Amino acid sequence: MSKVFKGGLPNSNRRLCLAGAAALVVGGMAGSRLALAGSASRLWRVGMTPAFLHDQHALLAEWRNFMSDGLQHPVEFVQRDSYRETMDLLRLEKLDFAWICDYPYLHLKDEVRLLAVPLYQGRPYYRSYLIVRRDNAYASSIADLAGSVFAYADPYSNTGYLVPRYEVRRLGHDPKSFFRKTFFTWSHRKVVEAVASGLAQGGAVDSFVWDSLEHVAPALTARTRVVWRSPEFGFPPFVSHRSVTDEDFRSMQRHLLGMQTSAPGRDLLMRLRLDGFIAGSPALYDSVTRMMRAFGEK
Amino acid sequence: MRRLFDLSFRHKIPLWGAALIIFSSLTIGAALMTRAYDDMKDAVVISAGNLGQTLANTVAPFLLHEDVWRAFEIVRSPIRGESAATPVQVEAVAVLTRDGRIFVSSDPDALPMLTDVRQLGDDWRLLMARLADPDSPSAPVVLEPDGSGYLYVTLPITDNDAHLGHLVLRYAKSVFLPWFRDTAMSGLAIGLLVLAVLLPINWYWGMRMARPLVELAERMGKMPATLPDKLEPDLYAYRDELGQLFLAYNRMVQALREKAALEGEMVKSERLAAIGRLAAGIAHEINNPLAGLVTVVDTLKQRRDLDARVLRNLDLIERGLLQIRDTVAALLVQAKVQARELSRNDLDDVHTLIEPQARKRRIALEWVVDMPDALPVPASVVRQVLINLLLNAVQAAAEGGHVSLRLACDSASDARHPGRLSIVVCNDGAQLTDDQLAHLFEPFNSGREGGHGLGLWVTWQIVTQLNGRIVAGNHAGEVRFSVCLPVGDVACSTALP
Repeated sequence: MSKVFKGGLPNSNRRLCLAGAAALVVGGMAGSRLALAGSASRLWRVGMTPAFLHDQHALLAEWRNFMSDGLQHPVEFVQRDSYRETMDLLRLEKLDFAWICDYPYLHLKDEVRLLAVPLYQGRPYYRSYLIVRRDNAYASSIADLAGSVFAYADPYSNTGYLVPRYEVRRLGHDPKSFFRKTFFTWSHRKVVEAVASGLAQGGAVDSFVWDSLEHVAPALTARTRVVWRSPEFGFPPFVSHRSVTDEDFRSMQRHLLGMQTSAPGRDLLMRLRLDGFIAGSPALYDSVTRMMRAFGEK
Repeated sequence: MRRLFDLSFRHKIPLWGAALIIFSSLTIGAALMTRAYDDMKDAVVISAGNLGQTLANTVAPFLLHEDVWRAFEIVRSPIRGESAATPVQVEAVAVLTRDGRIFVSSDPDALPMLTDVRQLGDDWRLLMARLADPDSPSAPVVLEPDGSGYLYVTLPITDNDAHLGHLVLRYAKSVFLPWFRDTAMSGLAIGLLVLAVLLPINWYWGMRMARPLVELAERMGKMPATLPDKLEPDLYAYRDELGQLFLAYNRMVQALREKAALEGEMVKSERLAAIGRLAAGIAHEINNPLAGLVTVVDTLKQRRDLDARVLRNLDLIERGLLQIRDTVAALLVQAKVQARELSRNDLDDVHTLIEPQARKRRIALEWVVDMPDALPVPASVVRQVLINLLLNAVQAAAEGGHVSLRLACDSASDARHPGRLSIVVCNDGAQLTDDQLAHLFEPFNSGREGGHGLGLWVTWQIVTQLNGRIVAGNHAGEVRFSVCLPVGDVACSTALP
């Protein structure tokens, strides 16, 4: 799973959208770093989630080394297979930073700060794809999947859970009874596998993951077909726990935002299929908040 | 069918042997194949039991918590790609809920989740019936429905004694088949190899058995009409029953031949003896009046008053009567026992008599005489025999040919083994025909121009009267007359008058 991201990205790193930089949340949280006080060289723990292809271990190891070197600070990546576990770790202050989906970010808005937003195809947005099996010729929207078996990615995934349910609701159906059966695969990649294998007739998947998979495992995505593309949502962000000091926050943010300025950093970004990072703004995620409200959350 | 049993052994033995060998090979092959299939099925069931137990234990919590994806990952884990086509390769794994619906399966296309398996065909209905049967054991249930292409192994999924459902492992027999075919092909190859070795051996053995029998049967079939040949000894050189049969056959043929030869000799001797008796009888009947006639003619010739014409007629009559007397005398051989023994001088005399005849015809005369100075056999008759045989030989030999005499004797060792005189006369003239041989010694039976046909008759009479034997035959390109005479004071035969 190592050498995967190949080829250059168009409009790559120069076109950074720095518009959101001013909106940086600068929440001073003095005194809440009791647990971290007194150890300058204490390990920073960065949570990695299935928001991207987090099972490319060689790539992650390289990224961690690059990050440690850039920050002049030891870094550890913590991988969890479900958003829930990463969220719990954040709540329990077991993580300092995390790359999480936008939906968990909004859930944890009181505990975390938006650190940086990755740029995908030059913009900090992604979508939800509704996929069916390649040989399913008739389905053209989620309405055609009524009464079928449907694969969700994760109960805290925006594109893999919130979006399809919102769409069903928008069509005037109850997501609880619209499908004959639903299940979680706990990863976007596995949603693709579930649909490709025929276990589920439809699934909702992160566009960034599906597009990446199209390069990494074209045989897998070739067995599926994207039926419907959702509107854009803010890309899964990097967040820091509010207990992280401003200094550390800025240090990490500087590191991420400056990744495309160095050759190794550009190489890593290319392999991650990203163009860079911007500071971003919570307003990017307003549309997700609206959907959450539709389901009575927050 | 009857025709099959009437076949010659030449075909029957190899055919039956081949049939038995092929039948045995097929039977053993079939038994081994059945055994191989059962073994393979056992291997599948054992492997399925182990795999199924592991899968059932692993999948239980996910069935309990309805985690479809994790359960799917578990049931899919033992499924291999196309390349791993071993008989113990599971084709599909399905987790059934207690009510017989598919919770998850490794092949969602064929076994979609939530489906009631009873709708998936007879195999599954049968399987569910077996599972519903309270008597069925809790251990793995192995089901191989008739006419189905699959073998099913089912285990219960339990969690702390709570029955959650069933795990079904399905094995495709189509995967067995190539493996089974490989086994069958290798078995077949070995079988053919065995046949390739056994059939020629069987064929050879059959021929070896049948050929002597066939020859024996052919010869025996000719038996009453003609006397068949003996069997060659290398035709069947073993001492088993067949070999003993051949020996017995050969002994029988030998005995029959000797009997036939003896009978032939006896007939010939009887005939010659009868002719002899007839000739002697006639001679006596003629001799008596003849003596009177000769005396009358002689007396008449003494008379002076006969004219010349009568005298001429009397001379004519006298010559005719004397010729009759000579002929009759020749017929009436009397080997009178004489006191004089045969000496070497007699042989020299014979040589002196024959030699000019031989020289005239440029014939090489070979003379081998091995005898003491004197031998107690009647000299005059032996001389006559020698002269007859040698003159005959000289006449019969080709111009510039070859005639030989071999005379030998072995002296008497005791009373029971009297000495013998052996005379062998050979010539290189024309071979004697069977017809000639049959009537050779009969009187007036000359095979030659100018002969009166009494020489051999006289010889035969003399030898027979001396209790000897005379045999004629063709030997190595020569015509050979062998005479064997007893030596010593042997009473003359009284068979002839």
